[in-house]
Amino acid sequence: MSLLQIKNLSVEFGSDKNPFRAVEGLDLTVDQGEIVGIVGESGSGKSVTMMAMMGLLEGQGRIVADKLQFDGKNLLTISARERRKIVGKDISMIFQDPMTALNPSFTVGYQIMEVLKLHQGLRGAALKARALELMEMVEIPAAASRLSAYPHQLSGGMSQRVAIAMAIACNPKLLIADEPTTALDVTIQAQIMELLVSLQQSQNMALILITHDLAVVAEVAQRLAVMYAGQVAEMGQVPDIFRHPSHPYTEALLKSIPEHSKGAHRLSTLPGIVPGQYDRPSGCLLSPRCPYVQERCRAERPALTAQRQGAVRCHFPLYDKES
Amino acid sequence: MFSFILRRLGLLLPTFFGITLITFGLIRLIPGDPVEVMVGERTLDPQMHADAMHRLGLDKPIYLQYVDYLHNLATGHLGESLVTKDSVWKEFTTLFPATLELAVMAMLFAAVFGLLAGVIAAIKRGSIFDHGVMGLALTGFSMPIFWWGLILIMFFSVKLGWTPVSGRLDLAFDIAPRTGFMLIDAWLAEAADPSLNAGAFKDALKHLILPAIVLGTIPLAVIARMTRSSMLEVLREDYVRTARAKGLSPARVIFIHTLRNAMIPVLTVMGLQVGTLMGGAVLTETIFSWPGIGKWLIDAISRRDYPVVQNGILMVATLVILVNFIVDILYGIANPRIRHAK
Ligand SMILES: Nc1ncnc2c1ncn2[C@@H]1O[C@H](COP(=O)(O)OP(=O)(O)OP(=O)(O)O)[C@@H](O)[C@H]1O
Ligand code: SF4
Ligand SMILES: [Mg+2]
Repeated sequence: MSLLQIKNLSVEFGSDKNPFRAVEGLDLTVDQGEIVGIVGESGSGKSVTMMAMMGLLEGQGRIVADKLQFDGKNLLTISARERRKIVGKDISMIFQDPMTALNPSFTVGYQIMEVLKLHQGLRGAALKARALELMEMVEIPAAASRLSAYPHQLSGGMSQRVAIAMAIACNPKLLIADEPTTALDVTIQAQIMELLVSLQQSQNMALILITHDLAVVAEVAQRLAVMYAGQVAEMGQVPDIFRHPSHPYTEALLKSIPEHSKGAHRLSTLPGIVPGQYDRPSGCLLSPRCPYVQERCRAERPALTAQRQGAVRCHFPLYDKES
Repeated sequence: MFSFILRRLGLLLPTFFGITLITFGLIRLIPGDPVEVMVGERTLDPQMHADAMHRLGLDKPIYLQYVDYLHNLATGHLGESLVTKDSVWKEFTTLFPATLELAVMAMLFAAVFGLLAGVIAAIKRGSIFDHGVMGLALTGFSMPIFWWGLILIMFFSVKLGWTPVSGRLDLAFDIAPRTGFMLIDAWLAEAADPSLNAGAFKDALKHLILPAIVLGTIPLAVIARMTRSSMLEVLREDYVRTARAKGLSPARVIFIHTLRNAMIPVLTVMGLQVGTLMGGAVLTETIFSWPGIGKWLIDAISRRDYPVVQNGILMVATLVILVNFIVDILYGIANPRIRHAK
């Protein structure tokens, strides 16, 4: 059984009269200990999907789904109190901008120990020792003295390490890294990615890696989901997709990877932009930008259909068993 | 942090100097002098008037009077009241506890309810509660204190008879001032002699409650609005999302991770309200016949009691400045980014 199962998840913002679907009919599964990459242009709903799953959109977005299950627990029906026992412990998340993700009023040590106190009931010397151990696990130099540092005294890379320490504090089964390196210097990016992957292996946790960097996905992930305008356009095994992309959007993304480039790269490859609230086409959401568009695409929205070991949402997939 | 304090202290001196100039000048701009006011203009013999003015040193050129005044200040002499002949310092210290008690209660009232209302309004943004609180805050902010005080007296004291109209304590009680805070003195007296002073504490509280509400209304409105907007701003911060992603309870997210940061601008505003509080105390004490600094100053102005007005206001202003200074330091402590700045 998969660790995480999301079936037909939709997230709506705005008023009832004037709703905006940031995520629509999204399916995603993540197995124990695997790395799943999620890519897609800005605004395609990557963050919203993850925050909805963790219950961080309470009071902001309306969430419906056929299934939202983590580690055998139904996240749709459990109480907020029950969910808070999972969130931050078994599922944790690190965010894009480490410079704003830590509370400026509390020391680094306080913020790490807060999680340990809450979820593991650690106190006193054991608490301090574990915090120190975590700081060392994320390779923060002079860890003992850094425990009493305030976030503004740390660089972006150090802050992200602290955020990672907080996230892995309770040995989570699933870590979600939402563009963990986008805000960092190029040299630091590689270090943080390396750290994440080595922790993922040593802790045997599943990792959802949201990124704009397809080169990184190719290197570390087993599976990949490509999102477009709140939907999954294509998902499958990394080797399959990289060898033969099936969705025209995936193909465009892959073409955009500059040779030998490992730097962050904002995905914008096809002319045009992701449709927003008011300019959703009635047919395929990619139809205004798709180089392979046909009559049927404009009239009828394609469904996500199983293909290879994954699925694709296109009337005319580029990869066919026959071809 | 240390240089931060030094810089602040450096600003105090010119401020102080400015206040002496203003109080010295303003009270002399009001028509009439102390002798005229005391005797009454019509019955005043010019020779007597000149003699009296000479005795008080008020016949000297005005700039010399100012120099004398500064000289006295610099040597620590606050002078005596022209009317009672008591030292200004002694009168001030006798009356100040009454004002302080009133101001502290008003601020307590304003802070507790202002913070609470602001926090809830921010969490329930857009709700009826939010609109209600913000509407009331706007009303409270623009409330004329005099009118508001009279309305409350009319309703609670006259119509319902719940609270007394004026003073600090019923005349039936005879309580020795020990701390100068009537609540504490009454409580001590009641504890010492329960049979004689039964109900003294409750009576003192009843006297205090309406003036404190009147005086606290504007600060309450200001604090509520500031808390709400500051909370809304901080609630959008990434680190609040991080706090929730840790699985912390909503109470902890709000009160530890959000309010702690949202308090920083609120603290500054509270410090600034001390000035409003002192100004409001003058009116409030007049309405409720509260025997404090405010009433003392009003009386002194109408008697042209120059030393009392000049030095009384100077002391009040110094207090306000000092409190703002302390708030600035607290602000530094609450905000690590300032605390660690070079
Ligand atoms: N709290 C919110 N209220 C209203 N709309 C929101 C909210 N959060 C996100 N959205 C909208 O939902 C859409 C998807 O946003 P999301 O943050 O998931 O994009 P993303 O794929 O993570 O993009 P990026 O790569 O820029 O992080 C966007 O159009 C965004 O404006
Ligand atoms: S359905 Fe048509 S428009 Fe949409 S991606 Fe496929 S080919 Fe392009
Ligand atoms: Mg995002």
